[in-house]
Amino acid sequence: MASTDHVTTDSAPTGGRSLDDRAGRLAVEDGRLLVSGDWVLAHHGALKDQVAAHRQAAGEPSADQAVDLSGLTGLDTAGARLLVALVGAEPMADVRQWAADLPRARQALLETVARVLREPLEPEPSPRATLTDGLVDVGERVGALWQQQRLLLGFIGLTLTTLFVNLLRPWRWRLTALVSHVHQTGLNAVPIVALLTFLVGAVVAFLGATVLRDFGATIFTVNLVAFAFLREFGVLLAAILLAGRTASAFTAQIGAMKANEEIDAIRALGLDPMELLVLPRLLAMMIVLPILTFIGMLSGILGGALVCIFMLDISATQFLTILQRDIPLNHFLVGMVKAPVFAFLIAVIGCLEGFKVTGSAQSVGEHTTSSVVQSIFMVILLDAVAALFFMEMGW
Amino acid sequence: MALNMADTDAVIRVRGLCNRFGSHVVHEDLDLDIQRGEILGVVGGSGTGKSVLLRSIVGLKRPDAGSVEMFGEDLTALSARRRSELERRFGVLFQRGALFSSLDLQENVALPLMEHAGLTRRDAEDLARMKLALTGLPPNAALMMPSELSGGMIKRAALARALALDPEVLFLDEPTAGLDPIGAAEFDQLIMTLRDALGLSVFLVTHDLDTLYTACDRVAVLSQRRVLVADRLAVVEASDDAWIRDYFHGPRGRAAAQAAESHTPTTSGENT
Repeated sequence: MASTDHVTTDSAPTGGRSLDDRAGRLAVEDGRLLVSGDWVLAHHGALKDQVAAHRQAAGEPSADQAVDLSGLTGLDTAGARLLVALVGAEPMADVRQWAADLPRARQALLETVARVLREPLEPEPSPRATLTDGLVDVGERVGALWQQQRLLLGFIGLTLTTLFVNLLRPWRWRLTALVSHVHQTGLNAVPIVALLTFLVGAVVAFLGATVLRDFGATIFTVNLVAFAFLREFGVLLAAILLAGRTASAFTAQIGAMKANEEIDAIRALGLDPMELLVLPRLLAMMIVLPILTFIGMLSGILGGALVCIFMLDISATQFLTILQRDIPLNHFLVGMVKAPVFAFLIAVIGCLEGFKVTGSAQSVGEHTTSSVVQSIFMVILLDAVAALFFMEMGW
Repeated sequence: MALNMADTDAVIRVRGLCNRFGSHVVHEDLDLDIQRGEILGVVGGSGTGKSVLLRSIVGLKRPDAGSVEMFGEDLTALSARRRSELERRFGVLFQRGALFSSLDLQENVALPLMEHAGLTRRDAEDLARMKLALTGLPPNAALMMPSELSGGMIKRAALARALALDPEVLFLDEPTAGLDPIGAAEFDQLIMTLRDALGLSVFLVTHDLDTLYTACDRVAVLSQRRVLVADRLAVVEASDDAWIRDYFHGPRGRAAAQAAESHTPTTSGENT
């Protein structure tokens, strides 16, 4: 084996020793090219300039050019690549003939590199951006957006059919998975939802009080807080939080499974990924979001109440009396009825984006971002439409 | 022990290595040397800690006890700067390639060249394309993303990245696993060619008996938490340990040995 006559190439960047005195050099003497020193990565820049200068002066490498490699003290692939550029790939492939005294290992390295460089390595395609490219890009984006919406509608349909088919077969309900997802998406989110709505409740009360004081109507702060949280803020804040917290988790979970071929494995085992993965997540979301909405409403009103009690001299009894007398139940219902719809959308978008992952880590990242953006957008859009609708209906 | 302690030309010297995961002991008092310019095959049953050994040597896992010297220095005791310098002198091919999925192949290979060797992007990508060609990838592969590649191409590209900085030592974790026999044989040949051309020392974890017979100069057998034998294949084969006997004299081992015997004249003819 060749390991016995192996020669060290001194290719490593060496720690303390000065490299400069051994740096690779190129000289011309009596028409012979003198190659000497270390032709290694560390001197790549300088060597490349020397080779380029020589090529400019002497033109294309020719087979007749005499080359003397005897002064070569170090060589690695980067150096070999430059030497091949200097001498030409064809002559270098025969290096054994004209540089017989070169160590065997270096001959082999030069030959190997020369063999590779015989075929031209494809140059990079020059990127060109023109006006038409821009238009094409816009068109593609619009097309993709349309495809995306079709896909979402299709997926919603598929989810609903799977859901109804499964509702009729209680023995196939996956209670363990459901409970686990309720725990993760619901129970674990209670503190953050409560805290956030509490703070927003306090802020709304402050804002209301500041404006209403000018009219001597500070007492209406109670109505403001209650209206806002029962109709809009409770459900909206909870939904946005879950969109950020859970839609992304769904996408990342399913996406990682997709990348790991687990989804394919589920199919290959004759199981249905919709039933196994999507339904438990969807149902958990639809159970959890109304509960979180309720918690959000309570905690927001509590935040408002504390501001009223401590800053506006409205007593707790007064607050509760106004709440009971002035706020009819339908505001609460208007808020609550939106929760399952938002939950459905968030879960479906999160799962669908997960299924769209194509294997790379970057793809998981892109689709997670997309799922959060989409679900928050959908929640706010739908909430705006619903607000108009309920207002017109006088509910 | 079969190790030759007197030999001083070791690029890597592992002494008294212990690795534990909780109460599960993977290595206990393990010794191993890797000589300059050799291809050392590391074999062992599943779960005997071949990959863990590789990770401890390259410094990805801190050993619970013992020392790992690379080029005569203890990796774990070095400053971060000095260690990074040392890390440039070895290349690692991970089991599943571990190519950066957001970069195309030439960027994958060019990254260490730009970061460590300070080349311009143009020069680095030019060299990267050369390295990719060196590992037998077609020129148009340079602009492909890792997700578009087959298993064999990923292995080749990962090898090109491991070779980016012209390392002295190459660590290969099951390089031929998942390749078809033709691809695997080509890969063995490629590693031998590169070893001869670049003067590499190779630490090769493998399950592939054909690789052991065609490519490896020495074979280290990991068993019972340490290196049972590390020697030329003929010596290892002759060992009377039950596991080694089963491994080399089972049906697959015999077939690989026969194949290697009938193949040896051509390979040695190429190499000398």
